[in-house]
Amino acid sequence: MNRSDVQKRLNSIFCDIFDDESIKISDSTSAADIEDWDSLEHINLIAAVEEEFGMKFRMKEVSGMKNVGEMLDIICERGSK
Amino acid sequence: MKELTYPFDGMDILRRRKKLRRALISDGTVRIKKKIAVLGGSTTEHIVSALELFLLNSGIEPVFYQSEYNRFYEDAVFGSPELDSFQPDIIFIHTTSRNLKYLPDKPDITAEEVQQLIDEQFSVFRTVWEKLKERFSCPIIQNNFELPLFRQTGNYDCWGLSGQSAFINRMNLLFAEYAVSDPGFFINDINYLSAAIGLEKWHDPEAWYMYKYAMSTSVIPDLAYSAAAIIKALYGRNKKVIDLDLDNTLWGGVIGDDGVEGIELGPETSVGMSFCEFQRFLKKYKDYGVLLAVCSKNDEGNALLGLRHPDSVLSPEDFVSIKANWESKDKNISESADELGLLTDGFVFIDDNPAECSIAEAQLPQISAVNLRSVDQVMYELSRSGFFEVTSVSGDDTRRTEMYAANARRAAQQKSFSSYEDYLLSLEMKASVTDFQPLQLARITQLTNKSNQFNLTTRRYTENEIEEISRDDSRIRLCGRLADKFGDNGIVSVIIGRISENNTLEIELWLMSCRVLKRDMEFAMLDELVRICREKGISRIIGRYIKSPKNHMVAGLYGSFGFTLISASENGDSVWELNVSQHKNKNHVIKVN
Repeated sequence: MNRSDVQKRLNSIFCDIFDDESIKISDSTSAADIEDWDSLEHINLIAAVEEEFGMKFRMKEVSGMKNVGEMLDIICERGSK
Repeated sequence: MKELTYPFDGMDILRRRKKLRRALISDGTVRIKKKIAVLGGSTTEHIVSALELFLLNSGIEPVFYQSEYNRFYEDAVFGSPELDSFQPDIIFIHTTSRNLKYLPDKPDITAEEVQQLIDEQFSVFRTVWEKLKERFSCPIIQNNFELPLFRQTGNYDCWGLSGQSAFINRMNLLFAEYAVSDPGFFINDINYLSAAIGLEKWHDPEAWYMYKYAMSTSVIPDLAYSAAAIIKALYGRNKKVIDLDLDNTLWGGVIGDDGVEGIELGPETSVGMSFCEFQRFLKKYKDYGVLLAVCSKNDEGNALLGLRHPDSVLSPEDFVSIKANWESKDKNISESADELGLLTDGFVFIDDNPAECSIAEAQLPQISAVNLRSVDQVMYELSRSGFFEVTSVSGDDTRRTEMYAANARRAAQQKSFSSYEDYLLSLEMKASVTDFQPLQLARITQLTNKSNQFNLTTRRYTENEIEEISRDDSRIRLCGRLADKFGDNGIVSVIIGRISENNTLEIELWLMSCRVLKRDMEFAMLDELVRICREKGISRIIGRYIKSPKNHMVAGLYGSFGFTLISASENGDSVWELNVSQHKNKNHVIKVN
């Protein structure tokens, strides 16, 4: 999977989840950068990414990913659509 | 909002939740506020976030209380100051098979031992409900239990004494029996829901390990929609009419082209069988008090021929309105609504032609259109829609179509009288206006939640509240029933008033079913109210009109009764006063009691 295409699609998920069209994610974006990124929205984010890219995160990854860059790496590795 | 009506895309709802919520909140709808306590045996935040959307979409603005994680038992049994001060209007107990603590745990367990476990497990829940009922007189919604995905013993699990599925099925039966015995207790049937969706999709053990979610995140919208359906039914948000196309909707083929002998209906063909089954399905709705209507581009003669087909399950008499003509469907739907005294937002329109559905919905956004692609798809969509969620059954439900048919005969009779009063006298109307009787409480509650147009304050009540009011000495209650030579209309009008100081009665609720508009029943109710006030030494009656989007019809009602206006606010509300001694009886056409 092409990393920059994945990033674009992931960006649009972020805009939907946080209802903010101005979000521009980068590898270093983390929960500290987005005010509404609480545990509920994190679970929504995980579910939306899994649905969008046809993959599943491992349990360790769900709580262990430090930033968007790590999420992108996992999607690029295992995403199926 | 179409996105929030079944069939919906649950994942899309979760993804765009904030956006949908913002759109709902800013759409200008006037909503009733309700306090909902969610007591969970697992994490409830996500469920609450989806429930909020579906309720907002049904005209209900919820405020939530959530128990701490898995504290449903402690909150209910020992109480919590937060919950006490919250004073819920509805309690939703979100428990699942994860919360069963007494499941059989050894293969050689005896029947007596299993029975003991069942008793202990059930008593945990019964204690929760009974304790909640002691403190709050509000409806309780309780999940039943989903079957497990994993089983060590294969098929044995569903019948062996040690089986988990066997235990769960017995618990579900006990829950159902409890619900039958308590009119304020309702089951959210996640056993059905998880089966319909599929246990493989429903269960997600990782969601339990990670978040303490008792089911997959992806099915949370389904669970919330199901619970929301019960809540909105309790507050009278059900649909009232199924308005049906004919050709390729109630039978196969086009009767105008194929003739009555050419349409497919009956056991000879597969298509004919499917339409028979659909008609039987619709007839059951009618039995529960849903009105059926026809809206078809056809000559009326052909439409009636089709409905009199020897294999037709539905006959013309099963419909309260038959519009078979070449006008636009939205126009016909609006006309049916007017004739029946209903609003179009109570209509579900079913048509096989997607263009007709979208045109009708574009012209009348408040209706729900269902596009029939196959009979089984529509039966499933209606099953899951929550449009006609049943929370109680009253005698009036089963006779509803009959009552509307009698109305049509009255309308025909009216034409033969030159004066309206002569017509009213010819109906030989008899009313009984009495205090609430125990058997009437379900129907009274239903009316307080369904009546929108002739409703001065649009206050909604739960059955528990009506029950309390019926025992309150500081209240005056009137329940009016109207019959005439064409039939019995059942309970059609309700008044609740509170006696305050200075010999004053404040009217909290005055409503009447639109079925009996212009029959002077409101005068009969007023006269009786005044008579009781005189008996009790009450000298003054205060009436309030609280404006809603739907009750413009009664804005001037108290004025027409001879009340004096005390104050009127800018938002359209007004307060009125009647000096009891000056009232002269206004009803001359109905015999009362």
